[in-house]
Amino acid sequence: MTTLLEQPKTEPMRWPAPAPSRTNRVLSDDGVPALLVEHVTKQFVVGSRRKRKTVMAVNDVTIRIRRGEIYGVLGANGSGKSTLIRLVSTLLTLDTGRVEVFGHDIERDEMAVKRVINRVSVDAAFFKKLSPFENLAYAARLYGMEPRAARAEAISILARLGIGEKRLGRPLEQMSRGMQQKVAIARALLTSPTLLLLDEPTTGLDPRSKLDVQTFIEELRDTHDATIVLTTHDLAEADRLCDRIGIINDGRIVVEDTPEALKAKVAEEHGLEPTMESVFMTYTGRSLDDDLGDNEDKDDED
Amino acid sequence: MALMTRELKASFAFVERNFNLTKRYWGWEVAFLVYAVAGALAVSLIGAGQGDDRLLLTLVIGAVFWNYLSVVFSFIAETVSWERWEGTLEYTFMAPVRRYAQMLGSTVYAVAFGFVHTVVVLIVLALFFELDLTRANFATAAVFMVLGSVSFIGIGIMTAILPLMYVERGAQMTFVLQSVLLLISGVYYSVDILPGWMQVLSNFSPATYVLHGVRAGLIDGAGITSLLGDVWPLLLMGIVFIPLGLWAFGRAERYAKRTGKLKRVG
Repeated sequence: MTTLLEQPKTEPMRWPAPAPSRTNRVLSDDGVPALLVEHVTKQFVVGSRRKRKTVMAVNDVTIRIRRGEIYGVLGANGSGKSTLIRLVSTLLTLDTGRVEVFGHDIERDEMAVKRVINRVSVDAAFFKKLSPFENLAYAARLYGMEPRAARAEAISILARLGIGEKRLGRPLEQMSRGMQQKVAIARALLTSPTLLLLDEPTTGLDPRSKLDVQTFIEELRDTHDATIVLTTHDLAEADRLCDRIGIINDGRIVVEDTPEALKAKVAEEHGLEPTMESVFMTYTGRSLDDDLGDNEDKDDED
Repeated sequence: MALMTRELKASFAFVERNFNLTKRYWGWEVAFLVYAVAGALAVSLIGAGQGDDRLLLTLVIGAVFWNYLSVVFSFIAETVSWERWEGTLEYTFMAPVRRYAQMLGSTVYAVAFGFVHTVVVLIVLALFFELDLTRANFATAAVFMVLGSVSFIGIGIMTAILPLMYVERGAQMTFVLQSVLLLISGVYYSVDILPGWMQVLSNFSPATYVLHGVRAGLIDGAGITSLLGDVWPLLLMGIVFIPLGLWAFGRAERYAKRTGKLKRVG
């Protein structure tokens, strides 16, 4: 496959500068970062006993995310996005490097980290026979909340996401995937995490549900003191929501900047149209179609 | 103290969740209960058919107490495989709850559920057969039931590790282990009739001592002091297995996090 990175270097075509940032938020660099990932490496041994091989899922990644920031992680399937999220979520141990969440070391102070984070994964992980209320009550108790207060809070969040109270007593398996994902978001927010890890929260959702979720994330950004790490395949979503984006390829962060700066960079340095699609293709060496087509092959390693 | 209160409250999450799951899967629970009752009746009818009251009581006690111990064992041993199947394992392991609190909640519910389940089986058997319990020492039976629960909880926690370490085969291993316990513990017969090597294995099963002690108490009216030979192995197993199980579970969790085995599969 010929990638853009392999194309001969010619005088790049000049595109107009991208539009100014859609947010005017000022994020301070002072103080303890919300998330500090320093030289983190994680590798797995995969394959059957005879054909074992080592896969470097995350390779010397360093990221510093400020409080209140929405940081996007873009990358192809198998690039290491979800592994990075799992590392921060305490679901994987680090091979090397260190991770701090609001100054708490993830290995030495695991419980403190767990109290301030929450994660929404691509598959809404629920007891599907239980109702949203029952699942949320379970979550509330795990995080030391009173179920009654949690219930009121959940009703409010879900109403904002377009799910009425009367639907919350029926088993989750009777809900559409989009609705389940909204309940997953409500569950994550219920515990008031100061670091919210959204691992492809809108993948597979219909356009309406996707829009609801995106609008809600924007609302969170504007009204809550939450820092968000968002992985997504939706480039428009990343462009719309993220203050900064890091592109991960083969486990390495290959570029990191604001969406505007990234777009400007590909326009200036490669003569491409200043879009996130161009940014993605330039830094991952593949189109989004390639990426989605590769889903089955690579997802196991992701 | 505050930490302990917090963890105790968190452990109730598992009690409530499991209760809700039982409620939602009530059709399956009824089906399993009917199967347990039918199985206990079928085995006990062999004793009734022989016209031997002692054999009948031996089989009834075996059926009832094995039902209790196996329900407690499966509930705890399947803690991980159940969540893996539902896809919630990562969510639960990410929550700020210590593993002993999780195990405590799962255990409390397992014991309560096992007790209710077994009482139903016992009531049906009592209605079906005229059981001669005139010499029974119920206190002895109760002590063995408590001691047996403790050691089975320990084994259950240790077995719960298997699905953590082996994504698919772990649940299968759990099932095999439960079958082996059934075979070697003298549930429906005396362990004396087992081949020599199986008799050696039977010494490591707490069910062997529970069933021997309960039978001695309920059939022969033996007091607990005359059964110390069955009490001390159970005490020892309870004291060793639970802390050992929690320690091993922690190690297995660490291994699963190192190798990426908490991730949902399927």
